[in-house]
Amino acid sequence: MITNADLLALDGKPGDFTVKVRKRPRYIDADKCTACGLCTQYCPKHLSDAYNEGLSLTRPIHIDYAQAVPATYYIDPSACMSVQHDTCQICVPVCQSHAIDFSQQPEEVDIKVGAMVLSPGFGRIDDATLEKYSYGEHPDVVTAVEFERMTTASGPFLGEVKCFSDGRHPKSMAFIQCVGSRDLGCDNGYCSSVCCMYAIKEAMVAKEHDPEVDITVYYMDIRTQGKDFDKARERAENMGVKFIRAKVAGVTPWENQLRLTYSTLDGKHEFKPYDMVVLSVGLEAPKDAKGIAEMTGIELNHYDFAKTETFTPLNTSVEGVVVAGAFQGPKDIPESVTQASATAGIVAGMLEQQRGLGIVHKSYPDEKPMDEEVRIGVFVCHCGINIASVVDVRKVEDSVEGMDGVVYHTDSLYSCSADAVQTLKNKIIEHNLNRVVIAACSPRTHEPLFQETLRDAGLNRCLIEMVNIRDQCSWVHAGEPEAATDKSQDLLRMAVAKARGMRPLPEQTVPVTPKALVIGAGIAGMTVALTLAGQGFDSVLVEKGEKLGGSLGLLNHTLDADQTANHLKKLIAEVQASKHIDVLTNAELKDFSGFVGNFSSVITEGDGTEHTVDHGVVVLATGGHEHRPDGYLLEENDKVVTQTELEQQLAGDGKAPESIIMVQCAGSRGDDLNYCSKVCCNHAVKNALEIKELNPASQVIVLYRDMRTYGYAEDAYREARLKGVIFIPYDLDQKPQIAASPKGRKLTVKFFDVLLQEEVEMSPDMVALSVGIVPDGTEDLSKLLKAPLTDDRFFLEAHVKLRPVELPVSGVYVCGLAHGPKPVDETIAQAQAAAAKASIPLVKGKVGIDPIVSVIEEDTCIGCGICSSLCPFGAIEMFKKEKKRKARTIAASCKACGICSSRCPTFAIAMGGFTNEQIMDQISAFGNIQADEPVEA
Amino acid sequence: MGKGMEYRAGSVMVVGGGIAGIQTALDLTELGYYVYLLEKAPVVGGVMAQLDKTFPTNDCSL
Repeated sequence: MITNADLLALDGKPGDFTVKVRKRPRYIDADKCTACGLCTQYCPKHLSDAYNEGLSLTRPIHIDYAQAVPATYYIDPSACMSVQHDTCQICVPVCQSHAIDFSQQPEEVDIKVGAMVLSPGFGRIDDATLEKYSYGEHPDVVTAVEFERMTTASGPFLGEVKCFSDGRHPKSMAFIQCVGSRDLGCDNGYCSSVCCMYAIKEAMVAKEHDPEVDITVYYMDIRTQGKDFDKARERAENMGVKFIRAKVAGVTPWENQLRLTYSTLDGKHEFKPYDMVVLSVGLEAPKDAKGIAEMTGIELNHYDFAKTETFTPLNTSVEGVVVAGAFQGPKDIPESVTQASATAGIVAGMLEQQRGLGIVHKSYPDEKPMDEEVRIGVFVCHCGINIASVVDVRKVEDSVEGMDGVVYHTDSLYSCSADAVQTLKNKIIEHNLNRVVIAACSPRTHEPLFQETLRDAGLNRCLIEMVNIRDQCSWVHAGEPEAATDKSQDLLRMAVAKARGMRPLPEQTVPVTPKALVIGAGIAGMTVALTLAGQGFDSVLVEKGEKLGGSLGLLNHTLDADQTANHLKKLIAEVQASKHIDVLTNAELKDFSGFVGNFSSVITEGDGTEHTVDHGVVVLATGGHEHRPDGYLLEENDKVVTQTELEQQLAGDGKAPESIIMVQCAGSRGDDLNYCSKVCCNHAVKNALEIKELNPASQVIVLYRDMRTYGYAEDAYREARLKGVIFIPYDLDQKPQIAASPKGRKLTVKFFDVLLQEEVEMSPDMVALSVGIVPDGTEDLSKLLKAPLTDDRFFLEAHVKLRPVELPVSGVYVCGLAHGPKPVDETIAQAQAAAAKASIPLVKGKVGIDPIVSVIEEDTCIGCGICSSLCPFGAIEMFKKEKKRKARTIAASCKACGICSSRCPTFAIAMGGFTNEQIMDQISAFGNIQADEPVEA
Repeated sequence: MGKGMEYRAGSVMVVGGGIAGIQTALDLTELGYYVYLLEKAPVVGGVMAQLDKTFPTNDCSL
C-alpha cells in the first residue's frame, strides 16, 4: 500500500510495465506512530477538515478518522507552519514515540508491474453549478455529502441534523435531484445513476432523526432501477417523504428560511419555503482524469470518464490497463465492487503465467503441545483515551489478580500497535501462556490480528478470548465511568471463566476439485467459462436449450449500436474452440451434493444420458425471459408487441409504423411484477430512435412512469426528444387503456396527458409494450442448491454491497439475469466478477475451514433432523449409521451461526469455542462477584 | 520499500484506493498476485468512508 503518492508515468507493454510513482512526505514515520493523538492536541494551527466536508476544524497534523488505514497521522504540508515557514515544530518534542520527521523528502520510484487497474473514483461538481441554489451564499443549503457527514454519529455534529445559520433543527427539508447531472449547462449530459437512491436513503435517515420533519424530494424521474431499489422508495413514502415531479428553478434566501421556486409538468410555477435544502449532487469524472489519460495513454469519453466498449466494459483503449468503479462511469457501491472483482479476474487472465510468483507465503511455528495446567494471560487495553478516559483500566486489570488460572496480567496503551503485538508474543513465550484474554475493542475488527500473533507464538488461534470494553463499556456508558468500570470487570471475569475451558481446535483444509460447473450458456455463462479458461481452469457449461447465446441472441443491436449477432458468434466460436470448456446442450442439472471445493452434480441430457460431474465451484447464469402481461392485448392482437418483438420486426423488414405508442412498465413495478426491470426504458428509447431513423415522419409516443435512462443512456433519451419522440408520464391510478375494434383492425389507446391536463384517445398503427424480465428456473435450482431467492425469484446474494456475486452457500456464485435484470455491459462485468470470485478457491487448491464450527456428538444425537432443516447454509446432512438416523456437520459449509446447537433437544451439538460448559461457566462467573465489589442489578 | 527500481514478478498496480481499488487489490491477492495499491490521499477508503450508512442494510460504511 503506497498512500500519499502520485502516479507520474506508465511505460512498457502488457506484462512488463514500468510505473513511475512519486511518494510525498508524510513527515511522520508510520512504523513509529502509535496514533495516540497527542500531536493534534498540541498543534497550534487550525485547518478546515476536508474529511468532514469542511464542516469542522482539524489541525495540519491529524488523522481523518479513528479507523483510518494506515492508522498513521499525517501532516498537511499546505497548512503546516514548519513546512511552510520553517517555524513551530511544537509537535516534535510532544510525540513520545519520536515519529515526527520533518527531514522527509519526496521520493520517486519506478515499479515494474504486469498490469494496471485504474480506480481513481469520481470528482465533485463545480461550486459554480450549485450557485443558483444559493449554495455558498446561504449556510442552510448543503450538498448531500455534507448532509451525510451531518447525520453520521461520529461526524462533526455527532449525528445531529441542524441548520448552520442558527443551529435550529430543521422542520422542513427539500432534496433537489439532478444537481450537476442531466444538465447540459455544466456539460454533464449524463445521469449520475446513484443520486435518487442516496437521496431516498438520506431522507429516511433524516426521518429517523426526527419523524416530524417535513421532507419533499423534487425530481425529474426517480431512478431507482437497481435490484430492490423501488422498495426503498416505497418505504420512504410510507415514512411520509413526499415526491414532487418538478424542475427547480432556483433557491433564494427568504427571511430566516429558503424559498424554492419550481415548475411542475402542468406548467404551474410555485414557491415553497424550507428550513434546509439538500442538493443531490452528481458524480463527475475525476479532476485528474485528463492527467491520467495523458500518463497512461487511455482514451476518455466525451464526459472525461474512461472510454470502454459494451462487450469489453472494463478494458480501456490501452491493452493491459483496465478500469473499475466510478471512473468507468457513474455507479453505486455494489456495481463498483462487482467491477473491482471483474478487473481482478481479467488481470489474472492476462498474467496467468506470472501467478503466484510475487507473493510471500507466511509460515508459522508448530503449535506447542497443551499443558494440563491452565495458564491465562490477561491484557487490558487503554485504546489511547478511547477506553481509558471512561474506564479505570488499572482497576480492571488489577481485578484479575489471583483469579484461578491467571498467571500474568498487564495493560497497554494500544494493544494493536506493532510494538504491543510484539510484547504480546514475547509474554506468551516468556510466561508459557496457553490461553489469552484481551480486553480491548471489537473482535470483529481485531480478533484476526491477535489470532495471528498467537500463531506466531506457537499457540492455536482458538486460544484467545476478547472482551469488548470499548464499544460495550466506555462508549455506551461514557457518562457513567464507575458503572463502565464495574461492567468491564464483570465482562473480564466472565471471559476468564470461559477461557479456562478453551481448547485448541484443529485447522482443517479440504482439497478443491479444479473445475467449475457453469449453468446457463447465455452471454453471462459463456463469459464466465471463457474468463475461467483464460486463467487455465476447466469448466462444464450446461445449457437447457439447443443453442448457445441466450437472451442476447434475440436482440439485434445495443443502444450504442453494437451489433450483437457478430459478438455472439465470435463468443460462441471461442467457447467451442476452448480446450478448457465442455459444453452440454439440451441439458439440465438433476442432482447436486457436496460442499465448496467438492461438489458433485448429475446432469441429464435431452436423450436421457446422465453425466456425473465433480467440481469445486458452481456459477449460476440461468438468465431470464420477457414477461408477457395480461390486460394489454399482447396475446389477442398482433399489432400489440413487446419491445424485443418490435426490434426484430424493425431489423427484419426495415419498415417502421406510421404511428406507435409505447407503454412502459407494462406488467412491472407493482403490476404482475413488483420490480423495475432496469433495461426497458433504454430498450424503448433504442427502438424509438430506430423508428425515427427508418421513418422520420413516424409519430412515436412513449407513455412512462419514470424514464430510467441512467448513465450515458441519458444522451440517447435526449436525442430521442430532439428527434420528435414524445414522452408523456402517467400515474398508476391512470394507467393507459388499450382496446381493439371487434375484428382487431383498429387499436385505441386512452391515457391522461398531464401536459394538456386532459384525457386523450389515439389510434396508433402499433403498440409496443415494455414488459420486464422474469428469471428462468430459479425456483428449482434454489431448492437443489439450498440457495435463497428474493421475493421476486432472483437469487439473493450473500451481501448486497460487499459480496454481490456470491451466494450465502459457499462455492456458489451468480451473475446475469439470474441475479436481477440488467443490460448487457453490466451482465458481462458481473460474469467476469463471478468468474474471478469462483477462481479463488480453484487457485488456492484447497479451502480452509474456520475452526469454529458445530460438532455433533453422535451418541447423543437422536436423528430428529431439526438441525438439518433449520441450517440456513445446508451444512448439516443426515446419514444412516447401523440403521439409525444421525446428523453430521459438513464443516466446510458451516458458518458457526449456532442455530443448530441452540435447537438441539438433546444438547448433542456443541459449537467449537462456545461449548455449553463454557457458556455456563461464563454465566456463573457473572453472578460470582467478589465481596468488595458493589452488586448492581 | 527502498529507492530506485522495484521488481517483483506477478505484480499489479492498482491506482486509487477507494472501494473499487481496495476490492480489486483484495481479490488479486487472493488470486495469487502481488498488488501495489497507490492512493494520492494519506488514507485509503475514498468516498465510501465519508458515508454515514449505506442502503439497504444501513450498515456503517467503515
